[in-house]
Amino acid sequence: MRNDPGDARPFIPRDLALHPAAFDPGYKTSVLRSPRQALISFQNTPTEITGPMFGHDTIGPLDHDLTRNWAQPGLSAIGERIIVHGRLMDGEGRPVPDALIEIWQTNAGGRYRHVRDTYVAPLDPNFGGCGRTLTREDGSYAFMTVRPGAYPWPNRANDWRPAHIHFSVFGHGFAQRLITQMYFEGDPSIPLCPIVGTVPDAEGIAMMTATLDMDATVPFDARAWRFDIVLRGRRSTPFENRPEGN
Amino acid sequence: MARLRETPSQTAGPYVHIGMVPTFAGVENTYPEDLGSGPLYSDGVKGEKITIKGRIFDGAGAPIRDACVEIWQADADGLYNSPAERRGLSDRHFKGWGRAAVSGDNGVYVFETIVPGKVPLGDGRVQAPHIAFWIVARGINVGLHTRMYFPQESEANAVDPVLNRIEHPTRRATLIAEREGNVYTFDIRLQGDGETVFLDV
Ligand SMILES: [Fe+2]
Repeated sequence: MRNDPGDARPFIPRDLALHPAAFDPGYKTSVLRSPRQALISFQNTPTEITGPMFGHDTIGPLDHDLTRNWAQPGLSAIGERIIVHGRLMDGEGRPVPDALIEIWQTNAGGRYRHVRDTYVAPLDPNFGGCGRTLTREDGSYAFMTVRPGAYPWPNRANDWRPAHIHFSVFGHGFAQRLITQMYFEGDPSIPLCPIVGTVPDAEGIAMMTATLDMDATVPFDARAWRFDIVLRGRRSTPFENRPEGN
Repeated sequence: MARLRETPSQTAGPYVHIGMVPTFAGVENTYPEDLGSGPLYSDGVKGEKITIKGRIFDGAGAPIRDACVEIWQADADGLYNSPAERRGLSDRHFKGWGRAAVSGDNGVYVFETIVPGKVPLGDGRVQAPHIAFWIVARGINVGLHTRMYFPQESEANAVDPVLNRIEHPTRRATLIAEREGNVYTFDIRLQGDGETVFLDV
């Protein structure tokens, strides 16, 4: 059964122990940007249960293809061609259709097209670095892009981000809103990174690590990486006919 | 059925603009416009048009200049623009959702919107008019949820179920905007003196 956008049941409370702590001194910028007071908890109201949804007319034909959506006509971004795909599900394992996913990343050399990125690696004149798509009926999504590069960042004296793609994900309710990052299986930089290390356990890091997917790889074109995403699920309520509970 | 664990959150990082407001970041023309930019309303909207602006301060009292803010709110009748809204159809001239980067110079964010209506909970309790805020930035590991309330709604605020979850009146005050005519200022303090109340939604 898919996830119905009209479902108005409240969400299961977020288990914050499975997310990074706000304050993590290993990630120095979090020190001054982390609230010290306890979050206030309450039952979801319509404000959290509802959320923005976006029509298919929002999305352009090349929005999902980062190799071409900034390139001159007929040209393509430089780098290792990859497909990043997966399924968006909720905590009950149900697909989440019609949900907006936005991504951003460096080019193949580890450089962002951003006014504040001053890394010495060159910009690629045919690569912008953002993409977006809506999930299909079965919750699936796919992007075409190039594998991003690792890059150094000011934290400790010699910190490098593993290659990663940033994901911004909408579900159907504002409480499901999530930003995460996708890493690549086998990257030796993953265990060295303080931002990866804000996630408290290995299982959480594994959830953020895409796996090589030869079945979805297009021969002589692009290798595929699989990245499934799970958003918060909704509570069962007495109004739903499931007497056995969960 | 076994529940699936939620994918962990990660910081949006300093380059969040590329993905969420690419024109602002200098990645122009990938999309026709930045999603969620401009007024939340179009011509014919019902309700009082207002401007909301503010800054987000870190624990040292400095405005942060690389954050992105999203807001979500009901229309003038208290209805959300969502398929999960069961009480009626919301105003077709009102999107209900907006997104803005704070200024890279002075850290100010701005939204052009309307005053939302009250939102009943269905059990007799009524939420005062409010706007949900979600804040992401470098150094914020899990996006921060909070709410803005309106200073002229003191009676509704006094019985608002979420405001009443906050024990100390001084902390409750961190969620009330300051008003000057049709312009509301809602500053957010991430840490320390006057720390804004953040919500576990
Ligand atoms: Fe990054």
